[in-house]
Amino acid sequence: MKTPISSMLLVALGSFIGSFGAVFLKLGSEKLRGGLRNILNFQLATGVALYLFSSAFFIFAIRNGELSVLYPLVSLGSVWTLAWSRLIFKEPLTRYKFVGLFLILVGVSFLGIGNS
Amino acid sequence: MSTLASPLRRTLTRNESIALVAFCTLLGAAAQVLMKIGAERLRTVGPQAILSNPLLVLGNWGVMCGLALYGVFTLLLIFALRDGELSVLYPVIALNYVWVTLLSLLIFHETMNPFKLCGITVIVLGVVVLGRGGGR
Repeated sequence: MKTPISSMLLVALGSFIGSFGAVFLKLGSEKLRGGLRNILNFQLATGVALYLFSSAFFIFAIRNGELSVLYPLVSLGSVWTLAWSRLIFKEPLTRYKFVGLFLILVGVSFLGIGNS
Repeated sequence: MSTLASPLRRTLTRNESIALVAFCTLLGAAAQVLMKIGAERLRTVGPQAILSNPLLVLGNWGVMCGLALYGVFTLLLIFALRDGELSVLYPVIALNYVWVTLLSLLIFHETMNPFKLCGITVIVLGVVVLGRGGGR
């Protein structure tokens, strides 16, 4: 079975949207310092909504295509998130983060091959 | 009440927030297993019966427990994100794949192969490297 380009684009787009979900969850999580009653806020609701939206992309994409190709593409979300962590939250990018992320991407690729 | 809320108000260390995300991914994997069990049950019911009576989904314990676990997953993830770095914690969510693979072996009797074993090992190694990195 070949993986159509459309499925790959859907997954890449889904991972991109999902990474913004992570950004909004992080933004909203700050409000929890005031206690659990602040759990309902705009940022957290947006984060959850973006996650649900991104999973719709994955569900449509996974219908046709190989897991060995699509699995690693889902994890691309971590790469986008690394960029937003630097740009928005000014987190330092250390060698550990690059090596750790690289290993995780390799591992997910292996799992994708093992599952297909 | 204030003592009840205190562990949630306290700032978590980096390793604590990584451990919390790791636990979250286990919950997420369990949620996916429950959803699969529930979905298989719904398959025997058939799409027409579900469309004519959508309440069947609400009565499906697999799907409902799966959704509830996802809720807990999200809540705990938010607490971890509050104190930890996004660039460290987000990649750790990939541990979900590891738990799903292991739970599928146990529950659905899926087979292990060298690629899966290699994948699991390398992902765990990646998480360990993220945990050792500098910063708070």
